[in-house]
Amino acid sequence: MNAAAAVLAICQVVVLVVLSPLLVGLMRQVRARLEGRVGAGIGQPWRDLRKLLAKEPLQADGTSWLSVAAPVVLLVSSLLVCALMPLLGTVTFTRLPDDLFVVVSVLLLGTVAVALLGLDAGTAFGGMGSSRHMTIAALVEPTVLVSVYALSIPVGSSVLSRIVEARLQDPARIAAPASLLALLALTVAVVAETGRLPVDNPATHLELTMVHEAMVLESSGRDLAWLELGSWLRLGALLGLLSSLLVPWGIATHVSVAALLVATVALTVKLAAVGALLAAVEVSLAKVRLFRVPELLAGSFVLAFLAVTASYLVVQV
Amino acid sequence: MTAVELGLEAQLVLVALAALGAVLAPEARRGMTAAVGSVALAAAGVMTGALAVGGDRGFVEIPTSLGLGDVGLVATSLGGFFMVVVAGVGAVAAVFAIGYVGPSGTRTGWVALPVFLGAMQLVPAAADAVSFLLMWELMAVASTVLVLTEYGRRAEVRAAALWYAGMTQLSFVLILLGFGMLAATAGSVSFASMAAIDPGTPSASVAFVLLTLGFATKAGIVPLHVWLPRAHPVAPSHVSAVMSAAMVKLGVYGVLLVSLTLLPGGPGWWGLTLLALGAVSALYGILQASVASDLKRLLAYSTTENVGLMFLAVGTGLLLRAVAVPGPADVAIASCLLLVASHAAFKTTLFLGAGSVLHATGERDLDRMGGLGARMPVTSAAFGIGALGAAALPVTAGFVAEWALLQSLIHGARPDDRLVAVAMPVAVAVVALTAGLALMTFVKAYGIAFLARPRSAGATEAHEGTRSMQAAMLVSAGVVLLLGLVPGLVAEVAARAIGVSGVGSAGWFGVDLPGVGAALDPVALSLVAVVIVVPVVFVSVLAARRRPRRRVELAWGGGGVRVSPRMQYTATSYAEPLARVFDDALRPERDIEITHTSESRYLVERVQYHQHLDDVVEVRFYRPLLTLLDRCGMAARRLQNGSIHRYLGYSFLALVAVLVLVAL
Repeated sequence: MNAAAAVLAICQVVVLVVLSPLLVGLMRQVRARLEGRVGAGIGQPWRDLRKLLAKEPLQADGTSWLSVAAPVVLLVSSLLVCALMPLLGTVTFTRLPDDLFVVVSVLLLGTVAVALLGLDAGTAFGGMGSSRHMTIAALVEPTVLVSVYALSIPVGSSVLSRIVEARLQDPARIAAPASLLALLALTVAVVAETGRLPVDNPATHLELTMVHEAMVLESSGRDLAWLELGSWLRLGALLGLLSSLLVPWGIATHVSVAALLVATVALTVKLAAVGALLAAVEVSLAKVRLFRVPELLAGSFVLAFLAVTASYLVVQV
Repeated sequence: MTAVELGLEAQLVLVALAALGAVLAPEARRGMTAAVGSVALAAAGVMTGALAVGGDRGFVEIPTSLGLGDVGLVATSLGGFFMVVVAGVGAVAAVFAIGYVGPSGTRTGWVALPVFLGAMQLVPAAADAVSFLLMWELMAVASTVLVLTEYGRRAEVRAAALWYAGMTQLSFVLILLGFGMLAATAGSVSFASMAAIDPGTPSASVAFVLLTLGFATKAGIVPLHVWLPRAHPVAPSHVSAVMSAAMVKLGVYGVLLVSLTLLPGGPGWWGLTLLALGAVSALYGILQASVASDLKRLLAYSTTENVGLMFLAVGTGLLLRAVAVPGPADVAIASCLLLVASHAAFKTTLFLGAGSVLHATGERDLDRMGGLGARMPVTSAAFGIGALGAAALPVTAGFVAEWALLQSLIHGARPDDRLVAVAMPVAVAVVALTAGLALMTFVKAYGIAFLARPRSAGATEAHEGTRSMQAAMLVSAGVVLLLGLVPGLVAEVAARAIGVSGVGSAGWFGVDLPGVGAALDPVALSLVAVVIVVPVVFVSVLAARRRPRRRVELAWGGGGVRVSPRMQYTATSYAEPLARVFDDALRPERDIEITHTSESRYLVERVQYHQHLDDVVEVRFYRPLLTLLDRCGMAARRLQNGSIHRYLGYSFLALVAVLVLVAL
């Protein structure tokens, strides 16, 4: 079991490292086409990464070891999440199941690393981005936990792989009202967590409105490359989780070459579809004011709570 | 005499010896003598507690002439667990105190420290209400003396100590009344006979409420928490550490004693009450902490949050036991003990870290710190690890404890009981929001204090503390990591302390919860992380060989040059978005004063910004209450005007009243 899980984890990490930049490239391309621009092509994020890795990183005087360590911590936390989550298959390590709370706290480790990075250089923009980032992260937390709690009730386990397996065996569960409400809430949380519109605009050039970008302003060279790759992987993993929960078909329940190939193709298709859809929706959205974001998150929390209530009080009584 | 009895008696003797040593030692050696005595006392406490958890039993009688029956000290598993925790905190804090207090220490302060530590260690050993209250009061008095240490130097100490003394006496009175009711029902003051009381009777419920309120006051539960944010900032840091990491835990011990040992199997609303108290405290505490800019005040509010989580865990356990869901109930109560151990470790680290910062810079205000990481590397590392623990991130003690609590909550709900079905998701949401806000709070505390550039002269000239201070911080930070990496041992001890199955250790000392079918192995998680780190670091090092890092004045900085450290974000500005979001709950007072230049009102000469955050509970609840009490006092003064005729009249009226009563 553990050997199979190790193979799966390695495959997931490799596939996600390859796919995530392409996913971001696809989303940018869709957006560009819908806005009437030619776009840079879906390979552009990969070309950016290669360029950044070959460049010399600059470090401001007075910054600490954190400026060097934080990008690596973010990348490692994202890779760890990719290794643990049920993206290609649902085989888990016996001693290390992909428990929801563990996955979330590993993600938060990356969040904290970037927030500290924003404070390290002692610039106004960095602090501003860090403060906003942590405020949003704090308010997203209840939605994430309560919505996955709703999904875990019928399965009786908070292990994501078990939840996905249960949905694969009994597809009727996916269309249950509790499940749909929970997935909707989770989607809003993922959008907020990965800094997409309408919470944060990843393409902005105006510092005053930045959240994520403001924290990484001082980073350059390979530091920036790790930060970019880390946040792309996070986007890829979370969208992958959403698609595994919504359309679990194609995911491998055991580890074999054929099953993994099928799962890789299925994941690619799912990610492309979800990414294109998200990008298309984003075109029609404007970034909301920072102080309106809590309203959005409160709304998603209510959805998640309704999902729990629905799974307890409506379906089973 | 068994080893445990010897340990209990040794603690009594060592308290006396340490206090005596502090009295007699010459001034230059006084601190060292008291600290060594305290460490020996703590070592005795740890060993006795460990033996008690291991199953050794013993009883040491305290001879009294009051005819109260068996008054004395006893070793129990639950008491042993708390004795180990309290003694561990005490030992570390005593070592820290050697360097922190230094030659400025007074004899009173050095005598009070071992007395305080000893009383705390013996509270969980009490076998009856009398010895419990005796130790409890000794602990309260000694800690009040310690809070007053800096009485001569700072004006706010007096008010804080008054608040503390008032609340701690309230706590004592409530506990006295509660134990009094139980003793009256049981006919004896010993806890063993109280355990036979039927918890279903109304008098048991009244006693439960009184005792819970009394213990909640000591534990800093909202709305009885008001002494915490006042006493902690003014007390010396090692005392704050002991009070916050050990003393408030004894409030939790009291609640566990009442609900598990004295009155087990109480009605479901007991659990629900504890759960609600805990949930409100956790949210209110962390919300206040997240907007606080005084570092020690922030830590004090964070204690309210953590104790709130412990109450929430106990409440969940009792509620689930009442509706017969034993597996998750056991996990919930075990998670309370995990929270106790982890909070003791990280809060000691954080308060000692704050003490080291205060020692070096003279600052408690985060808005005036900055850049301490480069100047105080040991403090920075220790505080960072403590902050990770407080934010419940892997792989620290705080993470494991919150994980166990969440597991019990999500497995606890049963659709057939509507109350539980609603209470559990609400509790999950509260824990989640608390965890999120704690994350922000400790990113703020660490980032603003230790990163960026110094914001004041004190921060610029900061220096690392003495060897003993560094050693104490490193030890407690090490415990935070150790409890996070190999939590299985603590989980087993906790399960044994409360006598439950369904919680244990598995794999590489990971936590196993067969009661709810969940397991966590931090070592396995770390191993996978290490496997991932290796290639990333490999690529980084390869790239660094080809393109080494270059130091520059400022990489980007928004296109400008760095002018003044005052342009950085401060703790106040960091929490500003959150203060706005929770405007209604926090009610901050803001004042913006703009001075225009004389030439034109469109040009600004200076802008002044004031923000003031009062504790809403204090303003809305305590201030009116105190005003009312003041008025009653003033009115009572009219009775006493010094006239002997009036006093004779009172005596006469009293006599008449007594005669009338007798005649009726």
